[in-house]
Amino acid sequence: MSEIKPGVYPVPMTDPHADATTQPFWDAALEGRLVGPRCTNCTTVILPPQPRCFVCQNTVFEYVDLPGVGTVYSFTVVRHPLAPHLREAVPYVSAIIELDGTQGAGARMLANLIDVDPETVFIGDRVRVLFDKVSDTFAVPRFTKN
Amino acid sequence: MTMRDRTAIVGIGATPYYKRGESLPHTQLSMACDAIVGALEDAGLTVQDLDGFAIYSNSVDPAEVASVLGVPEVRFAASLTSGGGGSAGALGLAAAAIHSGMAEVVVSVMTLQQAGRRLGGTQVSAGGGGSTSANPYSAGGVPPSLAFTVGSGLLSPGSSFALLTQRHMHLYGTTREHLAEVAITQRSHAITRPTSLQTGPLTTKDYFASRMISDPLCLFDYTMENDGAVAAVMTSADRAKDLRHPPVYILGSAHGGAGRWGPAIGKYFQAPDEYFASSGHRPVAKRLYEMAGVTPDDVDVALLYDHFTPMVLMQLEDYGFCGVGESGPFVADGNIRLGGKIPVNTHGGHLSEAYIIGFTHVREAVEQLRGDAINQVAGAEIALVTGGPAGLPVSGTLLRR
Ligand SMILES: [Zn+2]
Repeated sequence: MSEIKPGVYPVPMTDPHADATTQPFWDAALEGRLVGPRCTNCTTVILPPQPRCFVCQNTVFEYVDLPGVGTVYSFTVVRHPLAPHLREAVPYVSAIIELDGTQGAGARMLANLIDVDPETVFIGDRVRVLFDKVSDTFAVPRFTKN
Repeated sequence: MTMRDRTAIVGIGATPYYKRGESLPHTQLSMACDAIVGALEDAGLTVQDLDGFAIYSNSVDPAEVASVLGVPEVRFAASLTSGGGGSAGALGLAAAAIHSGMAEVVVSVMTLQQAGRRLGGTQVSAGGGGSTSANPYSAGGVPPSLAFTVGSGLLSPGSSFALLTQRHMHLYGTTREHLAEVAITQRSHAITRPTSLQTGPLTTKDYFASRMISDPLCLFDYTMENDGAVAAVMTSADRAKDLRHPPVYILGSAHGGAGRWGPAIGKYFQAPDEYFASSGHRPVAKRLYEMAGVTPDDVDVALLYDHFTPMVLMQLEDYGFCGVGESGPFVADGNIRLGGKIPVNTHGGHLSEAYIIGFTHVREAVEQLRGDAINQVAGAEIALVTGGPAGLPVSGTLLRR
């Protein structure tokens, strides 16, 4: 694991533990692309991937490229370290991102918002994805202001 | 035909409330048994009468408790799924068991000892230096969905509810002053009670001087963590009439929530816009009032599950005490204080009296309706008790004297 620095949450996993449904997401992430599984019937995008579309009950999805940009839907600035090794990481911003190219709810992403002043983050901020490669198999999506 | 007025709470029992870890050498099991025996004695019943367990959040194993207590025959043993959201709903589960004839005297109980674990700690192992060996999921395999949330840094319930709160502030203009009003009001209720773990007043200055934990929530927006047990014994309305105290009838009980609510909280946050910044109780409240045949105006005292101050605000909206988005100004006007429009958490709640995962609220509702509460609401006839917000189910129960 790389050095811990303020604002960047150190991810405690080095493998995505993917199954057949989620592997395409992580393959694309390693290439720096944000993709999402889209229902072939009603076009609902669902993250994390699920076995069935909650809108139309379809079980067939195709992964599509997403623009990789979105909007802060909500966020919190984590100031209290919940574990000793997080003392160097706080304060960091954890955010819910609504992704362009999706319907919103059902495809939101939870991510660490980095390279920002925590005091100047607002709901509605435009953000873009960055992939932090923590191992040969796992590139973790983070976001930064666009 | 609903179960309205067909069953009643007839006994309440509790251990003392202890600061975290200070209940040793008692155990979760021994405290649960103490609370259950106390509740039976309060009702004028004995272990010989007890034949059912209706629980939530895996508070006890009924098999173990029945064996330890010497219950002659168990006729009902069931639990609501998920966690603290089921606290008020467990009363409904007991009522259903009694009303259906499956059992006659049913206990609901919560027991908590945080000496060796903390509910408010990390949900996902935050340590491990890149290894997954410390991960709680690893024994049964790491679920593939975890990789989609593990990088966010959202580790605790407090951070999860902070996200709902921030959105509520953004949509409706709710402020930290509104959160402070909840914390300060409840503290003022707690400090008149000998059972309370908090004994001194909380001022606005104290509130704003406390450390931020996860914006916009500071230390005093959080529940306490502590030890203790509370139990409630229920039976049929017919049998209740002959027991020691005036019955506290179950007017109605509902649990559940919108279908997309469950994993929205604390996990994936995918709830639709219309109820993201809510307590998740809105559909439960609607069914509850319909079953009970009353409206929010009929409720005299509200015991609202309060692990975090903003979730009291959102429940005030979802249970119809004020409009959606209006809870901040509503509490700022003093409406939840003793003597206000709807006194809330007259015992001090999780925030200031003690945290027994919703069951101090049940105890207070019964005391209010028996007329012997320390912070008595004059003439209280109908009380609301809630469980959650949490993952589905959340729950609400209406009680009357
Ligand atoms: Zn579909």
